[in-house]
Amino acid sequence: MKPMPFDYARAKDVPDALAALADADAGARVMAGGQSLVPMLNLRLATFPRVVDISKIAELRERSESADAVTLGACVTHGEIEDGEAPEPAAGLMRHVAAGIAYRAVRNRGTIGGSASLADASADWVTTLLALGARFIGRGPDGEREIAAPDMFLGPYFTAMTDQELLVRIVVPKTSRDATWGYYKVTRRSGEYGLSIGAVILDPAREHASVVLGAASRTPLACTAAAAALRGAPRWTEALETALRTAIAEDLARAERPFEPHEAIMVETTILRAAAQALGVS
Amino acid sequence: MAAPSAPPALAAIEAPRPGCIGDRVLRNEDARFLAGHGEYLADLDIPGTREIAFLRSPVAHARIRSIDMPPGAEGRVFLLKDLGDIHPVRAVLTTPGFRGSDYPALAADTVRFVGEPIAICLGATRAAAEDLAQEIVVDFDELPPVVEIEQALDPASPSLHGWPDNICFVSTPGGGEVDAAAKAAAVTVTREFRMARQCVVSLEGRGVLAYWDRRLQELVVYSSTQQPHVIRTVLAKLIGVPEHQLRVVAPDVGGGFGVKNNLQQEEVAIAALARRLKFPIRWVEDRREHLIASPQAREHRVRLTAHADARGKILGLEAEAVVNAGAYSIWPWSAAMEANMVAGILTGPYAIDAYKGRGVTVVSNKAPLGPYRGVGRPSACFTLERLVDEIAAKVGREPHELRIDNMVRPEQMPYRTVTGKLFDSGDYAESVRQVAAMIDVPAVRARQARQNGTGPRRIGLGFASYTEQTAHGTDEWIARGLTEVFGYETATVRFTPDGKLIIEAAIQNHGQGLETTLAQVAAQELGVDPADVVVRHGDTAVSPYGMGTFASRSMVMAGGAVGRASRQLGEKVKRIAAHLLQVKPADVTLANNCAVAGARSVPLKSVTDAAFLHPENLPAGEDPCLDETTTFQPLSGTGAFAYATHAVVVEVDTGTGLVEILDYAVAHDCGTMVNPMIVEGQVQGGVAQGIGNALLEESPYDSGGQPLASTFADYLVPGAPEVPTVRIAHLETPSPFTAYGIKGMGEGGAIAAPAAILNAVNDALRPLGVELNETPITPKRILTALHDARTERAR
Repeated sequence: MKPMPFDYARAKDVPDALAALADADAGARVMAGGQSLVPMLNLRLATFPRVVDISKIAELRERSESADAVTLGACVTHGEIEDGEAPEPAAGLMRHVAAGIAYRAVRNRGTIGGSASLADASADWVTTLLALGARFIGRGPDGEREIAAPDMFLGPYFTAMTDQELLVRIVVPKTSRDATWGYYKVTRRSGEYGLSIGAVILDPAREHASVVLGAASRTPLACTAAAAALRGAPRWTEALETALRTAIAEDLARAERPFEPHEAIMVETTILRAAAQALGVS
Repeated sequence: MAAPSAPPALAAIEAPRPGCIGDRVLRNEDARFLAGHGEYLADLDIPGTREIAFLRSPVAHARIRSIDMPPGAEGRVFLLKDLGDIHPVRAVLTTPGFRGSDYPALAADTVRFVGEPIAICLGATRAAAEDLAQEIVVDFDELPPVVEIEQALDPASPSLHGWPDNICFVSTPGGGEVDAAAKAAAVTVTREFRMARQCVVSLEGRGVLAYWDRRLQELVVYSSTQQPHVIRTVLAKLIGVPEHQLRVVAPDVGGGFGVKNNLQQEEVAIAALARRLKFPIRWVEDRREHLIASPQAREHRVRLTAHADARGKILGLEAEAVVNAGAYSIWPWSAAMEANMVAGILTGPYAIDAYKGRGVTVVSNKAPLGPYRGVGRPSACFTLERLVDEIAAKVGREPHELRIDNMVRPEQMPYRTVTGKLFDSGDYAESVRQVAAMIDVPAVRARQARQNGTGPRRIGLGFASYTEQTAHGTDEWIARGLTEVFGYETATVRFTPDGKLIIEAAIQNHGQGLETTLAQVAAQELGVDPADVVVRHGDTAVSPYGMGTFASRSMVMAGGAVGRASRQLGEKVKRIAAHLLQVKPADVTLANNCAVAGARSVPLKSVTDAAFLHPENLPAGEDPCLDETTTFQPLSGTGAFAYATHAVVVEVDTGTGLVEILDYAVAHDCGTMVNPMIVEGQVQGGVAQGIGNALLEESPYDSGGQPLASTFADYLVPGAPEVPTVRIAHLETPSPFTAYGIKGMGEGGAIAAPAAILNAVNDALRPLGVELNETPITPKRILTALHDARTERAR
């Protein structure tokens, strides 16, 4: 499990990184925290002639906060979010999610931008950022463009970013002060990828509710029917649970393939428990 | 019964003394391990060493048409034909009916599993060696693979080794009148159980480093092995180097659990090649190789029928155990070890007079099967103990009470089982009573009544009991038909002139704490401080010949040898001390690094000074020097039987299929404990592996014979959060057959956990009409069963 030979370059700034990506024949691959790329290289599942390390680019490590959003540089690590070293846009949801990613050793190096760019359908950030309605800022030869979350994740390991573009930052809208959330992840053992993830955000002040099912299909599934059932719901009731079950079935029917019976049980549980948590039921 | 070399005469310990047998002495070896100063195979730093990558088969079954070498392969890539005149491994049983097969060190004509080594590639680094391996082009003529048990049993499947079919061996243990039992039975229960194929997952993988020592004119083979001496013996035969010119060294070994208790093909190939090269070569197994190409474990399908009376007293058992042993028979255990073990011990700790067993070993295009902590016992225990719970459910009794009623009673000891095992001592039912009290059965039942049915999470309680044959002696290995008989162990105990003690033992310490516990045995006999005793092991050049560490044998066998040698050496120490003190030898005792006679004493170092440097101070006729070498064999050639009952409370989440362990208790008896702290660590570690067996670990293959779990992303092992702290009660019935009454216990923790956990999960889900009889119980299996039961109820 040792990688093929490859060239390694450390980009000093974003233009430097973009220059490396501009030459399509060079076959360069960006490495942020390296927590997925390095194992793939070691297993020789992926071979790239050139690896461009962006983890030391100062601009990508920046984080800022405005009245209505938090902006995180692509190379902010899970560990920094977990430790509160980045502004929190969503009443603690991002800190909670970050703390549940893999193991601390992975969180020390793994980055939110790297995770979003890799777009592993089982990854926590892919699900969470879709639920939060994040916007992804890519920069390429033609300058910057903004991609909304629903347009970002096109398939497993497949995003809207082109090979010449670099994800430079992520803008996460702030939730209202009284917004609540639920996040329920099923893993077979601690630190593993989720088999199923439910992310629920209820923001009555903005008349907003979002429900995303992650890890269970090729891309995270926005459960709009479940979100509609939850919008404005003041508390958890049996009637709400019944309505939610119907809505979830409606949402799951829109998935790209039918769920096997065991998967259907698990994903329904996941969404129901995330919703219950968002309504204060543990 | 084979004659033991001498009566043990080393009686059980009445009251433990500090530092001696029975004391919780902190481990001598931990100082270097905790400081990161262990020296494992990958840490060896021998100038000029080149690294090895094996080219391994990417296909499960194929003929090799041709192998095209890349430029620069000369002197860097080696095939079987480049290794000289070496023999293939042929691991057979002497038992009539066993079908043998050859396992070449490197595949030359045919590959029979994914991961089978084909070529050795050398590089300055492992990466360079892997680059080279990647350049080699092998033209395979693919053959249809035989993958699962059902295919292997099908006479129409292609034969792997030129036999009429793929059945390697069938054993038929048993005795008594099963038909009569069936006729007399009020209830008959039949189930089929499956235990998945597992990887062993030692923390350190396997590894070999070898070179020819020009000064000593010997081949030096470092290997991460549990049994250096016997590896030397078999290597010598296979590669044609005489044993006195072959040294095998096991450095620090980072866990074995059985996977390093075999002759490895890589050992043979590397040793053979190193003899022909002028520089050292090394292979360090990586995790992917370990998960694919190391000997794997389990993969059993057992059909078991029990006939019982209306109270659940088991009158007779019928069993068929089929084990998928993979592509080759590995030395020395043979492919048939697992199936023979399962079929041979299926009556468990119970007094069952009628049994008809059948153990079937089949071969397939999967990695060869080898020993893993517990060997066939986790499967046998799982099968029998699951069925006991189903009998209990059928006759409407508490499962633990049914166990108590069926167990061999203390007054029946020693008890010969229907398959010929000799249970030596103990009160089996007491282990059930104690663990039932620890887990508090009424409280768990009350909690179940309150909680189950009110939400998605259901509580379940499970028990499992077993006996563990340990320190198998001469009779056992002969009965099993092994080509070598591992019936004894050896140790040298020697003082140095400054009064310190060195123990040289042929076992290998890879986590068992033997550098401490053997020192405790010497302390018991010689009054030395165990922290000050050096235990050298794992090296054919530093100790007399012996068998190694496996089968829960080292404390009984090597402990017995150290005890005997120390006792004999102590007699000489006392004679010299008596001479120095001018008292009678019989009046001398050894304690606190001194020889004491009443109010008078002399330091041991005065005794050793006389023995080594001042023969003029020795009694008349006494030889100089102070060292002693002895062997030890237990009085019973079938070993000593430890036993235990485990009890576990689980919470099953019917919404996710996840199982949480809420409480885990063990009441066990391993005879006299040398170091209860180490015993508890072994129980805890064994249970951890049993939890993996029950809930997580599985090495599935696709229909083409490709292993699907090749990294830790796919092959899940329990981590600290998944393993509860096990509550442990010690029963301590000394074995009448061993030194000090010690019984082995290294494997026990792993044996009962799968059975106990599956019983607990089934207890939780039984009211829903769910029954699970296959490990591991994954969320998929649990949720599918729940769905099926719900569908069934809706009909």
